[in-house]
Amino acid sequence: MYTFSNRLKIASFVLMIVGALGILGGFVMAPGTIAEAKEMVASHDGGHGDAHEAEAEHATKENDHAAAEAHGEEHDSSHDQHLLDQLKNRPWAALYVAAFFFFMISLGVLAFYAIQRAAQAGWSPLLFRVMEGITSYLVPGGIIVFVILLLSVLHMNHLFIWMDETVVAHDELLQGKSGYLNPTFFLIRAAIFLAGWIGYREYSRKLSIAQDASDDDSNFKLNFRISAGFLVFYLISESIMSWDWIMSVEPHWFSTLFGWYIFASMFVSGITVIAMVTIYLKSKGHLPDVNDSHIHDLAKFMFGISIFWTYLWFSQFMLIWYSNIPEEVTYYVTRIADYRLPFFGMVAMNFLFPVLLLMNSDYKRINWFVILTGIVILAGHYMDIFNAIMPSTVGDNWYIGIPEIGSILFFAGLFIFWIFRAISTQPLQPKRNPFIEESRHFHY
Amino acid sequence: MASKVIHAFYDDDDVLMLAVKKVKAAKLHIEEVYCPFPVHGLDKAMGLAPTRLAITAFLYGCVGLTVATLMMNYIMIEDWPQDIGGKPSFSYLENLPAFVPIMFELTVFFAAHLMVITFYLRSRLWPFKEAENPDVRTTDDHFLMEIEIHDNEQELRDLLMDTGAVEINISEKNSH
Repeated sequence: MYTFSNRLKIASFVLMIVGALGILGGFVMAPGTIAEAKEMVASHDGGHGDAHEAEAEHATKENDHAAAEAHGEEHDSSHDQHLLDQLKNRPWAALYVAAFFFFMISLGVLAFYAIQRAAQAGWSPLLFRVMEGITSYLVPGGIIVFVILLLSVLHMNHLFIWMDETVVAHDELLQGKSGYLNPTFFLIRAAIFLAGWIGYREYSRKLSIAQDASDDDSNFKLNFRISAGFLVFYLISESIMSWDWIMSVEPHWFSTLFGWYIFASMFVSGITVIAMVTIYLKSKGHLPDVNDSHIHDLAKFMFGISIFWTYLWFSQFMLIWYSNIPEEVTYYVTRIADYRLPFFGMVAMNFLFPVLLLMNSDYKRINWFVILTGIVILAGHYMDIFNAIMPSTVGDNWYIGIPEIGSILFFAGLFIFWIFRAISTQPLQPKRNPFIEESRHFHY
Repeated sequence: MASKVIHAFYDDDDVLMLAVKKVKAAKLHIEEVYCPFPVHGLDKAMGLAPTRLAITAFLYGCVGLTVATLMMNYIMIEDWPQDIGGKPSFSYLENLPAFVPIMFELTVFFAAHLMVITFYLRSRLWPFKEAENPDVRTTDDHFLMEIEIHDNEQELRDLLMDTGAVEINISEKNSH
């Protein structure tokens, strides 16, 4: 039985406090008026001429969006208003990206866990308690994401421009989509998805623990059946969630494989965190039966799903690059023009790094190697979500500064606190899982 | 050069694995083990050196990537410049996204096919090759362990009987 060490607990609280200060700082520093916003941009850019030129270029690009942004005839003043909105969005977007990122880790683990259950995998039951611990974060993480979405609906921020009625009034495309993209339906969908994910998680966890004390396999079999059913629900809800929560920040743009793409991101992040938590617990002398082969298998998944992510990233990019349709290609034009380093840096972190570091079979068994690659993968997938949300919400006024880092620290602290607290509530090794012997003797 | 070898037959892979471990523990060199199907962990138990096939696969992949790059550059850029996707840049780098799938496929193609061919050659398998396995039963339901005899026939016989062999034969063998 694992006890939540005081050092880790204190570390998580420090992260949360420092992070909360960073988040607060971000909101305090956000400009309140147009004059303040202009001043901020001017002081950030070195030469004024340069900044003006960039703005002019930006303005012409925004012309396509004119309807969406509800720009009036007075282009200059509406542009300034737009700038203010973007700068005001920044702490919100930073908060949202980090909140979603840590939520998506536990959601990715939930999918991995359900697959292990539905496949009746023999190698993984030793890791079930770790996975269940990580998925416990679905509850706080899901509620926080939902609250941010709710505040967006209440016009506390401009993350989702389609929620703004004045924008929709000037935009025929958004009017056409309003049957689906409207605040009420949006929140209903979010509530249904969160209820489904959390409901499955809690029920499956209950059965998993009940199995330890029971004298037959009925809990195990029931868990198998609900997991198989849940995967169907999961694939549909995850896809729609990715359209709603991420793709709709750019409501004119769409990509048909977006759901898979976000899924790959959450899946690989989730598996990485399973490997990292397992290695951490092992280093503290827990999970004695987890051997190198279990780590090896997790590292294989990290390697494979990283390539799968790259495959989807590239497929999406290549098709849009090839066909060069204006309403599709703007997505990549803004990202490559304003986010060159994070956009291509993310591909290096999510593809080149894991491929080179984890290609060798022996390296997949070296714990510190897996941890090192894992840190890069997690940072890379944070950048992935960052690249998905930021260009549409803050435009070229992005920076990885106090609001972004503060949000990451806060949610990292909350995440660590929550999952280790959950892991410490139950014995780390399931006792009566029918496959536990196979898992114990698993060797590659 | 002809040498005398002892053939021990087993009818179960678990028994075979234990036998291999016992023979290795007795510090004897196992010439070869013939199996009707792959036995997991046998190579490690026999003390075989790890395969270098993965390294060749990596090198073949690099060859494939190079071939694809040179080929696409020649076909699409140099020999008959193509306007790809309405973006007439005529530069390999700027048209790279269009070439990535081919580069990927040829990398996989070269790695996979050349690795299989390497594997066949390394295992000395080619068309019309006469089978090397000493007993047809190793293609059906028997496992065969082959150990070279160096004036220790009786000793080997006893040891192998002990390990649960169902049959033991002595035969002459021409080494490669």
